Amino acid sequence: MADMGEGGGGGDHGKGKKRAKKSSTRVDMTPMVDLAFLLLTFFVLTSTFSKPKVMSLVYPAKVDDLPPGERPKINNAITFLLSEDEIFYYVDQYYSKANPGPNGPTKLLKTDFGPKGVRKLLADGNSYVLEGKEKLKEKLDKKQLADTTYLSMLSKLKQNKLALKVLIKTDDKATCKNFIDLIDELKIAEIGVIAPVDILGSELELLKENSKNK
Amino acid sequence: MPKIKIPKGSPSIDMTPMVDLAFLLVTFFMLSASFRSDEPVQVSTPSSIADKIIPENVIMVTIDKGGRVFFNMSNPEARKELLQNMAGKYKIGFSQEQLEKFGFMSTFGCTMRELPSYIDMPGQERARVNTKGIPLDSLDNQLKDWIFYGNIAALNTGQTAYQEAKLKGESPDPNDFKPKYVLRVDGGAVYAHAQNVINVFRDLQLNNLNFVTTTELAPQ
Repeated sequence: MADMGEGGGGGDHGKGKKRAKKSSTRVDMTPMVDLAFLLLTFFVLTSTFSKPKVMSLVYPAKVDDLPPGERPKINNAITFLLSEDEIFYYVDQYYSKANPGPNGPTKLLKTDFGPKGVRKLLADGNSYVLEGKEKLKEKLDKKQLADTTYLSMLSKLKQNKLALKVLIKTDDKATCKNFIDLIDELKIAEIGVIAPVDILGSELELLKENSKNK
Repeated sequence: MPKIKIPKGSPSIDMTPMVDLAFLLVTFFMLSASFRSDEPVQVSTPSSIADKIIPENVIMVTIDKGGRVFFNMSNPEARKELLQNMAGKYKIGFSQEQLEKFGFMSTFGCTMRELPSYIDMPGQERARVNTKGIPLDSLDNQLKDWIFYGNIAALNTGQTAYQEAKLKGESPDPNDFKPKYVLRVDGGAVYAHAQNVINVFRDLQLNNLNFVTTTELAPQ
C-alpha cells in the first residue's frame, strides 16, 4: 500500500541480496483527499444554514358585525388599498360617493414601494413614534434605561393616541408579496396598530377605477 | 560552469495539512447540517427585515402559488395525537404503523379520505405526487379541524416539555412552549387565498400569526 508508483523507496530493483525493504512510510493521500473534498462539497451544497425567520402579525379579533353607523371613528389613520403591484391610500375617515364628507367623497392617492413612496409617507405620518423612539434609544445607549423598560416604553409609545394606525384592505388581485412588503414597511416605520380588514364594496369600485390593470 | 542538477523523482507534496483541513471542514458541515426535508411543495417566501427565528413548537400552514393549502406540525408526538383525534372525528381507521409514519412525515396537503393511501406511499413518491391541498370551504372545512386538534395536541406536548424543563431546574418561560401559528405563503400567491386560511385561524380565535420570510437587511 505504501507509496504506490513514484520512485522513492528502493523496491524490487536491487537484484542481489535480499534486503529488508527500506520503503518509506509515506502514503499517497490523493484518493483520500479526493474523497474528503467530494464529501465537503456535498455537505456544503446540501446543508441549509439559516433557519427561516418569521414576522409576526396580530390580526384583530373577529367580532360579530357591528350595526351600520356604529363603526368606530378612525382618527390618525392611513388606509392602504392593495391591488396587484399597485398601492393606494387615503388618510383618516372614508367617505363614499353616496355619503360624502366635508371635502367630498374620498379620493385615492397612488404611491409605490420605493424609498420615496410608502416609506417616506409612513415616516412622515408616524414621526411622533419615530422621534420618541430616537429619544428612548439615546437614553438606552447612555444606560439610563434598562433593556426591558426600553421595550415596554416603546410598545406603549406605539399604542399612543398620536401614533399612526394603519388599515390594510386588499382586492382579489393583490399578491402575498405585495401584502408582506407592505407589512414589512409598516414594521420599519414602527407602526403599532396594523389591522388587515375586509374591503368595502364602494372602496373596491374606487380601487378598480384607479387601478390600471382592470 | 557547474551543472544545474535537475532533481529527479516525483514532485510529491505533503498533503497532510490539506487533508487535515478538509476533514475538519467535512466534520463541521456534517455536524452542523440540517437537511432540507422532502417537501411536497416548493414555496418562495417574500423577504422582510424580521429577525425572529422560527419557534420550536409550530403549526404551519403552507399556501403555494396556485392557492393549494398544506398542513405541517413540528412535534412527532403531537402529530400522532392529532391524527388519532382526526381519525375519530372523520371515522377513518389508521393502523399503528401508519400513525408512526405520520409522526415523521413532513408537510402534506390531501383530504382525510386520501390520507391513509398517502401515508402508505414511499417517501420519494409522496414528495412527487400531486395532491389537491386541504379543503377549507365552509361545507367541508378540514383545515379548521386540523388546526383545532393540532392546537390541542401541540398545547399538550408543549405543556409536557415545559414541565420537563422545570424539573431540570431551569426557569423556562411558559410562552416559549406554547404552539405558534406560522403561515408560509408563496410571494406569487394571491392574498385572497391566504385570507381564507387566515380567516380559519381567526374563527378559532388564533389571531397572532407569523409569516415565514427570508431575511433582508434593514434600511439605515
